Amino acid sequence: MTIDATIPPGKDKPTGSILNDPKVRGIIYQAVTLILLIVFVYWVVMNTSENLKRANIASGYGFLNGRAGFDVGQSLIAYSSDSTYGRALVVGFLNTILVAGAGIVTATIIGFLVGIGRLSKNWLIAKLSMVYVEVFRNIPPLLVIFFWYSGVLAVLPQPRESVALPLDMYINNRGLAFPRPVFDTGAQFTFYALAIAVIASIFFARYARKRQMETGQRLPVLWTVLGMLIGLPLLTFLATGSPISFDVPVAGKFNLTGGSVVGPEFLSLFLALSFYTASFIAEIVRAGIRGVSYGQSEAAHALGIRSGLTTRLVVVPQAMRIIIPPLTSQYLNLTKNSSLAIAIGYADLVAVGGTILNQTGQAVEIVSIWIIVYLTLSLSTSLLMNWFNAKMALVER
Amino acid sequence: MNTHQTNFVRTSMLEQSTPPVLEKGYIAWIRKNLMATPMDAVLTIIAILILAWTLPPMIKWLFIDASWTGGGRGVCATAAQGGSQPEGWSGACWAFVGAKFDQFLFGRYPIEERWRPALVGILFVALLVPMLIPKIPLKGLNAILLFGALPILSFFLLIGGMFGLPYVETPLWGGLMVTLILSFVGIAVSLPLGIALALGRRSTMPVIRLICTVFIEIVRGIPLITVLFMASVMLPLFLPQGMTVDKFLRAVIGVSLFASAYMAEVVRGGLQAIPKGQAEGAESLGLSFWQKMRLIILPQALKLVIPGIVNTFIGLFKDTSLVSIIGMFDLLGIVRQNFSDANWASPVTPLSGLVFAGFTFWLFCFGMSRYSGFMERRLDKGHKR
Repeated sequence: MTIDATIPPGKDKPTGSILNDPKVRGIIYQAVTLILLIVFVYWVVMNTSENLKRANIASGYGFLNGRAGFDVGQSLIAYSSDSTYGRALVVGFLNTILVAGAGIVTATIIGFLVGIGRLSKNWLIAKLSMVYVEVFRNIPPLLVIFFWYSGVLAVLPQPRESVALPLDMYINNRGLAFPRPVFDTGAQFTFYALAIAVIASIFFARYARKRQMETGQRLPVLWTVLGMLIGLPLLTFLATGSPISFDVPVAGKFNLTGGSVVGPEFLSLFLALSFYTASFIAEIVRAGIRGVSYGQSEAAHALGIRSGLTTRLVVVPQAMRIIIPPLTSQYLNLTKNSSLAIAIGYADLVAVGGTILNQTGQAVEIVSIWIIVYLTLSLSTSLLMNWFNAKMALVER
Repeated sequence: MNTHQTNFVRTSMLEQSTPPVLEKGYIAWIRKNLMATPMDAVLTIIAILILAWTLPPMIKWLFIDASWTGGGRGVCATAAQGGSQPEGWSGACWAFVGAKFDQFLFGRYPIEERWRPALVGILFVALLVPMLIPKIPLKGLNAILLFGALPILSFFLLIGGMFGLPYVETPLWGGLMVTLILSFVGIAVSLPLGIALALGRRSTMPVIRLICTVFIEIVRGIPLITVLFMASVMLPLFLPQGMTVDKFLRAVIGVSLFASAYMAEVVRGGLQAIPKGQAEGAESLGLSFWQKMRLIILPQALKLVIPGIVNTFIGLFKDTSLVSIIGMFDLLGIVRQNFSDANWASPVTPLSGLVFAGFTFWLFCFGMSRYSGFMERRLDKGHKR
């Protein structure tokens, strides 16, 4: 058997066994893997169908039309216990999107502040930011959720002793009450005006850039855009006779009346996800800014560009190229972590699905819906990311 | 006439003058680090205000007002809540943590058998510490004992049922013990599995590559809680009737599979960073695929991604807390379960328990991240010029 190894195989006439050909071996390996996989999947499918038959569970998605029979705490669309399971899942999905969206906004703001703070020359700010990052990065998000839910929000006073916050908001152990905007007739014009202002701003900014490229003259883009975005809706608002008012919560004898209330479940999930993810975003931001070599700012200074403009035109665009890909994956992580809602009973997709699973026993279908929804979210984000990366990548030779 | 001696050489040293006050010492430090610009000064003042607003109440709550000893909820509740504390009191209830400490460590493991997990813990520390200190020799033997002998021994010690040890079923396990076992097994399984998946994803064989890619992308795309649900609800469906998998084992499988997908991506990053010449050089020496990987590629690739690997470990350690959702009592689960203990229920018990659990988790994760930093600096020598 050692003889085979000592004689080098000829180029045109292989002397060794056919099994030593890497190509043949590769095909054999793959065939074996494929067969094993198929046998395994077949075995699982057979077992599952047999188990389901024994438990009298009909497979398929027909159960989605059945009556749900349970209430959810918070819903963005009309929902009652008479609605279908399908609608309950939609409610859960919208709640997931709501808490993830709100969390992403807050986490980004806190994360950028803390990340820039860690690079600050101010010793105290840098140390405070570091402590923040090291504390929240090393604690499970679930624990942070419970910290807010059963540690802080649950021990707040009863509704009749609500704590007043600024802007007519109240907080108690039933959640946060805040003024609800009431739209009278004509209110839609304000939103139309806002939309027009946004479109006009985009066109103006493009025109200004084109003009600068051609003539070198700069237009006051920032002030014009701000003026349009604030002024146009405000003027419309006043011209149509102030059709938007606020329904302010009022502290009554036993309870608050009026306003809107978000429950402690949403609040604790939102706060925990924001604080937890912010610590990761801070590290990403820090790495991104440090990733821009110092020569870039020096070169900008040498060209006589002011410090503020250097940051805005030289450092930030390059830092964003480093920051945005990991930032997106943090956004995805936050969205996936929002499934921890089930632990405190916030009706997100997983929590609603879990309830349905317990009621109907349709484990395969529910889990497949979860997988499809979360996979769609993450795959579409990565597609977007690839497109963005291709657009932002350094154009080299 | 003699020329004047114009040059002058000092024969005695001048008295050293003190540095300017504004350039050295703490005043200069404050000027430079806290008050460099007006903006900086404002930020410093804001930071000090934040500290003054948060730190004293926190210290007061955690230490000064905390009740350290006591046998029941009385020491942790105000008079109106049926306790002995004055009205308006709020402080940490460390008496609760102290009374439940054994439970937080071992869960509902039978009290007379608790020496078994304790022994496993001692053995684990005794094997882990020499593993972590680079100067101590016999790393190979140490690794075999830690990853080979210890798990087998622990398995028999913890489960029991033979050698005269009473059987302890896994639903009785709990507390920090479960967290550590889950993380240890998860780490020990996910690293090799992750490496295998990463190699599979970079394989030239399309079928293997496709299978690995699909597995990695699906697992990374969904939340851990759905994986755990799958493991706890769907695994029994997948198996033939009569064949059951222990609930603890299901959680272990879920957590390990989940972590291995993340590990695979980290390892793949390292593999991609190794120049092609290394693989070609190994092939030209006649090394087989596994020799090439084991001796040339993986040592370099893994060294590059140590921070990523440890981050995945830390993530896994934190993620083990999720098993409390599928009805297991890890550290967080057992702490939460004790909130409802009527003997200790008071408004401050949940927060005290959570602060304790959070601090424990923090200690482990922070330790891991510090150690990874140390290891990174130690191994970095080859790349330094």
